[in-house]
Formats: sequence, C-alpha cells, structure tokens
Amino acid sequence: MDAPHRPIANPVRSIFEQTLREDSVVVNIGPSHPATHGTVQIIAELDGERVLRSDIHCGYLHRGFEKECEDHTWHNLIPYVDRLNYVSALINDFAYCGAVEELMGVQITPRCRYLRTLLSEYSRLVDHLTCLAAGLMELGAMTAFLYLVMIRDFMYEHLAALTGARVTYTYGRIGGLARDLPAGWLTRMEEILNQYEDFISRVHALVDRNRIFIDRMRNVGVISTANALSYGYTGVMLRSTGVPHDLRKDTPYLAYAELDFDVPVGIKGDNYDRYFIRMREMDESVYMMRQLAQMLPDGPINVDDRRCTFPEKQLVYTEIESLINHFKLVMDGPAVPAGECYVAHESPNGELGFYIVSTGSGTPYKVHCRAPSFVHMGGAHLMIDGGQLADIVPTFGSINMIGGECDR
Amino acid sequence: MYARTVPIVPASRQKDGAFEYLTTRKDELIGWARKFSIFPYPFVTACCAMEFMAVSASPYDTDRFGAALPRFSPRQADLLMVVGTVTHKQAPILLKVYEQMCEPKWVMAFGVCATSGGFYQNYAALPGIDKVIPVDIYIPGCPPRPEMVIDGIMQLQEKIAGSRHLIVNDRF
Amino acid sequence: MEPPLFDGLKQAIVPASGPGVVSHGILVFVLAPDELLPTVRQLRDAHGFDIFLDVTAVDWIGQVPRFEVVHHFYSTAHKVRVRLKVRVPEADPSVDSLVPLYGSAAFMERECHDMYGIHFRGNADLRPILLYEGFVGHPLRKDYPKQQEQPLVPYRS
Repeated sequence: MDAPHRPIANPVRSIFEQTLREDSVVVNIGPSHPATHGTVQIIAELDGERVLRSDIHCGYLHRGFEKECEDHTWHNLIPYVDRLNYVSALINDFAYCGAVEELMGVQITPRCRYLRTLLSEYSRLVDHLTCLAAGLMELGAMTAFLYLVMIRDFMYEHLAALTGARVTYTYGRIGGLARDLPAGWLTRMEEILNQYEDFISRVHALVDRNRIFIDRMRNVGVISTANALSYGYTGVMLRSTGVPHDLRKDTPYLAYAELDFDVPVGIKGDNYDRYFIRMREMDESVYMMRQLAQMLPDGPINVDDRRCTFPEKQLVYTEIESLINHFKLVMDGPAVPAGECYVAHESPNGELGFYIVSTGSGTPYKVHCRAPSFVHMGGAHLMIDGGQLADIVPTFGSINMIGGECDR
Repeated sequence: MYARTVPIVPASRQKDGAFEYLTTRKDELIGWARKFSIFPYPFVTACCAMEFMAVSASPYDTDRFGAALPRFSPRQADLLMVVGTVTHKQAPILLKVYEQMCEPKWVMAFGVCATSGGFYQNYAALPGIDKVIPVDIYIPGCPPRPEMVIDGIMQLQEKIAGSRHLIVNDRF
Repeated sequence: MEPPLFDGLKQAIVPASGPGVVSHGILVFVLAPDELLPTVRQLRDAHGFDIFLDVTAVDWIGQVPRFEVVHHFYSTAHKVRVRLKVRVPEADPSVDSLVPLYGSAAFMERECHDMYGIHFRGNADLRPILLYEGFVGHPLRKDYPKQQEQPLVPYRS
C-alpha cells in the first residue's frame, strides 16, 4: 500500500490499569466477534485459560434511538421502536403503543387486545428460537441451528403474510394495529405450530441429555439470586435463579390474565437452566397461542378514536373533516396529553419498559427504553469471572444480548 | 486513498494480442474459481443479522453459491460482509478488520444502514460504510429479503468473474 | 384502585415537596437531591423494592432547575413500581449514586452521564458506555444538534 500508515483511534479505555498478577495476560475479545454478537467488547484478564476479571464494553450499536424519537411524531417513530429488540420486534411495538395509549387514555378494542397477545407470544417464539439457534451453533451444534432456523423461517414468512415484512414489522399502531388478519392465517399458524413441535422434539432429542452439552452448560455462567436481583435482572435470567418473576403473571396486561399458562423456573442459575427455561417457555407460548386462536373475538381492530386512529380512506377523499383529521395526524402527529408514563411488557429478555414524557404535542419530549439486555450486561462479569475463556461463548449466548436493545 | 484490486491498464500496455489472449483466459479461470469460493467475514452488528442467518440456512442457502463458509479471521476471508449499522464507535474496528484482510478482497454493504446510514441520520451512526472503506456491492433493504441478498451475491460474482486478477505482477 | 401498599408508602415517605402521587399505576415521589439516598435505602430495606429498574433524566431546557433525574424501582414481593424524581440545576448536575445499594446502578448511571452529563457522586466509573472516548458533549441534551457527528475515522474521499 502506498498510503502512509496512520494510527486508528481506540474508542474505549480499559479500566485495568495494572494486571492483578505478574503472569496474567490481558486479551481483547470483540467487538467484531461471533460470540459477542458483533457489538460487545470484553477485555479479559486471563490466567492461562481462566478469566480473572473482565471489563465489558457495550455501545458499539448505539444508534441514537432517543434522539431520533424526539424528532419524529408519535406514529413516525414506530419503525425505530421495532429495531430495538429486532428478534421480537412486535413486542417492542406493542409495549410502546401501550405506553402511548396509557398516556392518552385510549382503550384498545377486545379483538386488538387478544391479537396483540397472540402476536406477542409469536414473537416470543421467534426470539427464543433465534437465541437457542445461535447459542447451539456457537457450541458446534449446526444441526440444531438449521432445524430451528428453518422453523423460524416459516414463521417469518407467515408474519410477512400479515404485516408485509419478515423481521421488523412496524405493525403496531397507537390505538390498534395496522391491518387485520388475512384469510387462512390462523389455519397456517396451526400448521406451523405442528411442524414446530416435530422439530423441537428432534432438538430435545439431540441436545437435552447430550453429555457434551451438559458438560459445557451445567454449572457454567452461574449467577446467584441475590446478585441477580441486585443487578436488576428480570426475565429468563432471573427465573433461572429460582425467582418466579414474570410480568405476565404478576402485573397482567393485554389478555394474559385470561390465559392458562405456567412460568418455568430454574434451579441453579446456570446456562443449562436458561436453555431449558427457553425451551419450556416456547411450549407454553404455543399453548397460549392455541388458546388465543380460539378466544379471538370479532370486531374492529382499531379503536374508534379520532385522536389517534386514521379515518377510512373513502372518508378522507370525500369528507372535509376526515381530510383534516388525516392531515393533522400525519403532519403533527397524535396529540398526547402532557405528562409521563412508564409501561413495561414481559419481553423474551425481561422487563422491557418505555418511559415517555409528553408536553402535549404530536412529537414526544422524551422516549426512553428500559432495555433488559443493557442491564444484563451490567452483571455479565459476575457470570464470566472465574470461568474458562471458552465458557464465555455459551454464557454470552444464554444472556441473549440483543445489540439494538442494549445500546439503543 | 486505497488502491483497488483492479488497476486501470494504461494505453501503452495494450499491444500484444497473444499476451492479452492469455491474460483474458487466465482472468476467466481465476475469476471462475474465485467467484465460487467466497469466504465471507460476517461483520455482523444489527437487525440484518436475522436475514443473514436466514440466507445462510434453508431454503435460501448461500452454500449453493460457494459463499456460505464464514471465516471469522480477516486473514482467511476475502469478502467483508458488513451486515447492519456501523456506528462511529464501531468505525475504527471496521477499518482495522478491512486493513487486516489480504488482497483480493471485496466488500458488501448489506442493508441500508451499511449503505447510507439508513434512517439513523444522527450523531451516532456512520452515514454509510463507504465513508471509511471502499464498497463493491450495495444491498438495500431494511432488512433485505434473502432473495435480494442472493441477487447481490450473484452480481458480486459477475463482478469478480469480469475483473482482472493479477497473480504474478502488475501485468499478468 | 390503588394497591394497599401505596397507602403505607405515602405515609412512610413524605418528601419536603409534598406527598407521593399515583400516576398511571405508579407511585411518584418528587424528592430533593439530599433525600434521594435515604429514601432509596428505606424503599429497599423496609419496603422490599429489590429491583432497581432504571435511571434516566429529562432535560427541561429553559426551566430552572434544568434536569430531572428519574429512578424506577420494582418490588417482586408486592408487584408494584415506584418512581423517584429529583431536580438538579445545570450548574451542578449531580446526584448521589446508588452503586452502594444496587449493582445495576453502575451501567445505568454511566449511560445517564453519557447522555445528559449528570454526575453521580460515589460512582467511581463514569467512563463513556454508549458513546466513545473523545466524544465531546452530551447528545440527549436539547441543545445538542441531532446531526452533529464526531467521526473517529476521517472520511475518505
């Protein structure tokens, strides 16, 4: 190369000034690393293969979500919300729309409530499939990865038939949903769930009692209950330590109060517990989806409230009031009354909360996302320190750190 | 700033018919071999990772094109697939990985965030990776459907097949 | 229909600015900066708020004091949430850190410092977490222009 070499800037500063021991080595893992999902850097001090201490750096996917939100109307920022936890994008949509609806005092229709619950559980399925597929692939189990990703692909195509997109849907709307179910959607859903059960049983057979898998995951990445609570862990991470904390049961929202489901809880707080909790939660989600498909009432999808719902296109073209309403909603955004609100949903990672502050206009004053992945990264060093270097890979996979949510 | 893998041949060189016939045949052979044995380095960051996983598995399967086997070391890879948003914090890492790759190397910008910053036009996101490294193929989409990715890979294969591959010196 | 715990909390915690108010299902206390640490200690030890959910700030530019630091807590036993709000001025935007009480405070306070410039007394590690070394300014403040980039790698061409 002819260009003179110039030094490349270092975006982080390690907290390790000096090594703990004379003969320990400081190693940089990531951020462009398959195990850390491309966006987390772990600076680890090693004694041979054992990690003495680690310094975890997030932020490599900080895309300025909150700042973007302050520049868009309440409706226009739904695509940004989607891309927070991009593996279960619908749950982000519904949590955000739920927060705005709470602040506006809008009550969604019964059909919308049940459909949002069904799609939330569908997203939970997709998220757990992705987490397990990636985690198992990183341990070398390519077959399990291919099985799980194949089922996930059927689900992506199925959701694309409903929403128009495979991965990031932008399907939630303030006061309802973008569109209703197409004909035959629930039939196809039942077909996919049957195929899911077939393939999951194969993955169970390959992995559950596999000696190598148990050796790599049992008693690895252990976190105690006290530490988990102190470090703000929620969701699967907290349930793996034995605390039966699930927002769907504790503070029910949407239609969860009417559903019959169990909350799987672990015993040791290690990687194997988290793997098994996710497998069981997927089965519970399938059970919930089947119940919801039976319970789904007829009726409108969007609430009939002109503060947030767009009028019918026919009316927009013929009536002046609808035209003005449509124009105001698009240009100014729905006027959310001044105030603040915090609404949390149980995302596959944990408590996903939206704290929104409004000053009465159509654009938000502040939209803050309480991201479970970010909080889990705060305590990840407890699970990694003292273990082997190779244990970082399954531990990280079982935390299910999603970069878009962690760094926002 | 960065020399491309295909330097423009100056007019003074275009004289010897037999030699040019030989280099063309050689280029076709090397191009055919290189286009069907792409080793990607998946520089994966964000949501496009989901479609990257989907395109590597059935039914889309980049393995049919010889482009499935990822090498997670830049020394062993020849296609840098930048999948997802690259932020300003990540840009030095991207540059470092690109510089560590050996020639011949190609860069694919997978998704609109890698192409132009996507809809993140703010202080944090890099407005397109071609601000720091040269890009060979851009695949738009947020995220792009797997068929679009395969179309992009096939266009890249045509580009590789049609380019000059200098293996001995700057003439052959 | 408030949870019965809220009545007990409203009597137990009475900040100088006035009693707690229930807003959209969450009990909200507005505290003075020096009331924060004792109130959080009381919430954790006496009332069972074992999860520190979130700390963030709101930039009320034009108002005095300018910043409002907002904390959320959750109790797994009682299944309720509490919000604490503290106003700090622009000249000295600092509050007490909750690192001695909760482990989750470490990362979340770093983020709040990154984005708003709030200084947390007692948190020894306030390195940038979402931003990078060399970034000047606090982007979520209302006077930081959204598109003001500070590239680490100079653009080519």
